[in-house]
Amino acid sequence: MQYLLAFLIGGAICAAGQLLIDKTNLTPARILTGYVVIGVVLTGAGLYGPFVSFAGAGATVPILGFGYSLARGVEQAVERSGLLGAFMGGFTATSAGIAAAIIFAVAAALIFRPTRK
Amino acid sequence: MQIGSADYQTLVKRFSKNSRTAKNTLNAFWTGGLICILGQALLDLFDSQKHLTHDEAVAAVTVVLVLLSALATGAGLYKPVAKFAGAGTLIPVTGFANAVVSAGLEFRSEGLVTGLGIKLFTIAGPVIVYGSAASFIYGVILWIIKTLA
Amino acid sequence: MKRKKRGTILFSSPPSIIANAAVVGKTEGEGPLAAHFDAICQDDRFCEKTWEKAEASLQKQTLSTAIKKAGLSADDIDMLFSGDLLNQCVASGYCARDMRIPFFGLYGACSTMAEALTLAAVMTGGGYAERAAAVTSSHFCTAERQFRFPLEYGGQRTPTSQRTVTGCGAAILSRTRKPPYILCCTPGRVVDLGIKDINNMGAAMAPAACDTLVSFFSDTGLSPSSFDLILTGDLGAAGADLLLETAERAGISLRSNYDDCGRMIFDSRAQDTHSGGSGCGCSGAVICSYVLNQMRIGKIASVLFVGTGALMSPTVLNQKESIPCIAHAVYISNSTAFKGG
Repeated sequence: MQYLLAFLIGGAICAAGQLLIDKTNLTPARILTGYVVIGVVLTGAGLYGPFVSFAGAGATVPILGFGYSLARGVEQAVERSGLLGAFMGGFTATSAGIAAAIIFAVAAALIFRPTRK
Repeated sequence: MQIGSADYQTLVKRFSKNSRTAKNTLNAFWTGGLICILGQALLDLFDSQKHLTHDEAVAAVTVVLVLLSALATGAGLYKPVAKFAGAGTLIPVTGFANAVVSAGLEFRSEGLVTGLGIKLFTIAGPVIVYGSAASFIYGVILWIIKTLA
Repeated sequence: MKRKKRGTILFSSPPSIIANAAVVGKTEGEGPLAAHFDAICQDDRFCEKTWEKAEASLQKQTLSTAIKKAGLSADDIDMLFSGDLLNQCVASGYCARDMRIPFFGLYGACSTMAEALTLAAVMTGGGYAERAAAVTSSHFCTAERQFRFPLEYGGQRTPTSQRTVTGCGAAILSRTRKPPYILCCTPGRVVDLGIKDINNMGAAMAPAACDTLVSFFSDTGLSPSSFDLILTGDLGAAGADLLLETAERAGISLRSNYDDCGRMIFDSRAQDTHSGGSGCGCSGAVICSYVLNQMRIGKIASVLFVGTGALMSPTVLNQKESIPCIAHAVYISNSTAFKGG
């Protein structure tokens, strides 16, 4: 059941992104950025948290989930450290993902070369 | 007689073929959904690890998906799949990783520092910039509420 | 040499194109014009370390082939007019460094072949050079990284987008009297009807092609039916349709003998190249292979080539500017007799 939900919800979030690509002049970079900011806003509004418990990876794997992690991190950090937490929380919560992207990108660049398509 | 700019824009709209939205959206739906199923399987796996909190399990899923995306990008597989899947491979965190890794591969030829190092976030940068800016604003609002309360 | 009201240059002693060569990459070599190219390189890196050096190497190979086909050596060429899409025209610069021919670097985006042919024709036709070379190249991989995204970045193209051709065309012009000749050239003016979509460059360029066609026909008194082939390069399928429509409205009917280099070089359905080819190597390779070869064997006797270029950069597009475009017309014929006035 959880797998079906992840498939349907995650798929629907991606399909919405495709509609934005095809029907608007938004570039992929703008859409990704918009999704992350919306993820933060929805979490702040108290909507995304319950959605994550419902849809599981269907809500955390799309880039909206990145916004969710940023906002969750800030919530916890502000609770702990006050205003300083507003600076710390986002990166603390997303550090694994960002560091993974950097480390694997550097490793891949040292191993692979781009190919003609 | 030279055609005016406004008239020409109308003409261009009439002559430009539109994307095949229905097909693209369906492909984005099921490919994106499949990536989320993979994410769910990984999440269940990490959730069953006693030493990880749920938030840490979510982060571990991200790390594994980023790794898989990096391997696919390096092997030249991500692009042909993405051409078909569109937003299905763009919106999941694998798309973020592909943007970083592809830039790394591409600009490696301009040097490790001046190429790779500088250009790594040439596409994915805005996600981090505006994501953390938004989370900061949210944090300040939380702090004000907390202080007033 | 005579100059007409709207800028057309008529050569009193028309220069001839004594040799031509075209070298392309793998995808282009799988297209409909494969049989006409001098060489098809399976390795798009041309055994070089970077894509930029690969493009320079492609240009060098093409120019050397053309010079050899003319039975000459590099020392016999008095001037080299060459261009590409890269910042500061580096592919041309590195090619010229190795060839050691006096060099003028040109930038006219996809119109560069027409620009190079015009300038080489003026120099040879005017007697300032005995022989001059016109060369243009583009490379899919160098263009992607400069104008669009990293090669491995997963994105989708819109149906109106064009694929940058990996290819190069080279033509050697001379004062020798031997067909085909360049009879006249119409230098274009920059036209901009406010198109901002980098994925619809054909639409941006079509009005420039139309403007230059109007100038050409009004200066020469010729009509579209005077030509075996009227060829634009490279509007792609979307842009070509728009040109037919706008030209019709301007009183020029192009239907029967019209084609576009971007449409010809790929089989857009089988090769999934959307609207067709682009890049200065596209019209360069089509003109310097299929078109000139057909003229040499007499299958085509007269061609009006209109090279079209979109003169934008990612920087100004990000600043929300529209795309200024240009088109130059070159009249190539097997006979020096100028039909019309």
